[in-house]
Amino acid sequence: MSKKIHVQTNINGLDVDLLCESRQSLLEVLRDVLNMTGTKEGCNDGNCGACSVIVDGRLIDSCLMLGVEAEGKEITTIEGVAYTHGLHPIQQSFLENAALQCGICTPGFIVAAKALLENEPEADEGRVRHWLAGNLCRCTGYDKIVRAVLDAGKTMATQSKSES
Amino acid sequence: MMAEKGPKAKALAGGTDILVQLRGRRFFIDRLVDVKGVPEMNELSCSAEEGLTLGAAVPCYRIYEDDTIQSLYSGLVDAAFLIGGIQIQGRASVGGNLCNASPSGDTIPILIALGASCVIEGPKGSRTLPVEDFCTGPGQNVLQDGELLVALKFPPPAANSGAHYLRFIPRNEMDIAVAGAGASVVLEDDKETIKSARISLAAVGPTPIFAEEASELLAGRAASEGSFEAAAEAAKAAARPISDMRGTAKQRIHLSGVLTKRALREAVARAQG
Repeated sequence: MSKKIHVQTNINGLDVDLLCESRQSLLEVLRDVLNMTGTKEGCNDGNCGACSVIVDGRLIDSCLMLGVEAEGKEITTIEGVAYTHGLHPIQQSFLENAALQCGICTPGFIVAAKALLENEPEADEGRVRHWLAGNLCRCTGYDKIVRAVLDAGKTMATQSKSES
Repeated sequence: MMAEKGPKAKALAGGTDILVQLRGRRFFIDRLVDVKGVPEMNELSCSAEEGLTLGAAVPCYRIYEDDTIQSLYSGLVDAAFLIGGIQIQGRASVGGNLCNASPSGDTIPILIALGASCVIEGPKGSRTLPVEDFCTGPGQNVLQDGELLVALKFPPPAANSGAHYLRFIPRNEMDIAVAGAGASVVLEDDKETIKSARISLAAVGPTPIFAEEASELLAGRAASEGSFEAAAEAAKAAARPISDMRGTAKQRIHLSGVLTKRALREAVARAQG
C-alpha cells in the first residue's frame, strides 16, 4: 500500500478533505474514496465522456486527471446538478425527451450539457452536437439527447431572462 | 526533480496521453512530475510584433479562446479545436501532443508549417531546435533524461501570410487522423504570387513529415490550382505511410495529395484576407 496523500478540494460547493493514492484518478477518488458513484466509468481512457466533470469551470474527463490534481480546485459532479427543491432543467428535459435508455452515459451527458448551456443557453444544434462529440451513447442514437439539450437550453435562456 | 530519476521520470501536463499509457503499462516510471505549476510552461503571450510563445503545458482551449491567436495564428487554432473532444481540449496541451510524438499528432504539422521551435531545458542547459527535428520515431523524441520541453516559439506572422491544418477521419469528431496536412504560405504584395510556403504531413510516416520539396517548389509560383497540384504531387512523394486499421498506404498517399491541396487553398485564402 503506497503512502496516501492529503488533498483539500471543493466538490459541489462543499470543502472536502480526502486521502488518496498518487496513482488514483479523480474518477477513482470520486467513486472509490468518496462513494460518489454518480460519475460513471466507461472506457477509462478519455474516449467516452461518461466520467465528465467540471473542474474550475472546464469540462474534463475525470479518468484523465489524477485525484491529487484536485488540490485547491472547484469540482462539479452529477451529484451537484439538481437543486435541493427538484431537478435541474437539463435533467427534467432528459426525462421529458426520453433521452436515456440504459443510463450509463447520462451523468456525463448532463454534466457536459451543463458546462455548455450555462455559458451558451442558446447554442444551436451544430454547436450542441460538436460539444457533445466527446460523450458516447450506445442506446439512443443521440437524437433525443440533442433535442433534450436544445430544449433545456430554451428553458434556461427563459429562466435567466426572467431573473435578470 | 526529473533528472534525479533519469528515464524513470516523466512530465505530466494535461495527462490525456500519459495517464492512459501508464495505466496501459506502456512504460514504468517512479516519478510523474506535474509541470502545470511552472510559470514558463503556462505562459501564453502573443502579439504581431513578438510572435507567439506557447508554454508547453498550456491546454488547447486557451489557444482557441484567445482573440489575438485566433487572428494571428488561425492555423494553430484549427488544430487545437479539432484534437479530441471538448473534455480533452480542457486539459491536453500542444507541448504534450508534440512530446507524445505520435505520427498522427494533430497539432504537430501546423507547428512545422508555422516554423515553430522547441525551447528545451535540462540539466546541461537550454537548447532550441525546429519542431521538424523533435520527433525521432513513433512515440520517440529528442529529449534526453531530465530534459523538458518548456515552450514553443512561433515567429511573428509575415505580411500576407496564412495557414491551415486539416485531417481526414471517417467520423466527424473524436478520431485519429488517417492522414493530415498543414500548410502556411507567405504571398508577395500582389497577393497572387507565393513568396514562400511550408507544408507538413501527419500519419504518413514514422514521424510527422516536413515536406521540404513540396514547400520549396512553391516559392515564386502563382497562388493557383496548378501550383497546388504540383505541391500535392511532391507531398505524395514525401509520404511514407504504412497500412493499418485506419487506412491503407495507398489511400494515405492519395489523401496526402488531396489534403495538401485543400490546406494550401485555405492558407492562401486566409493570406489574401
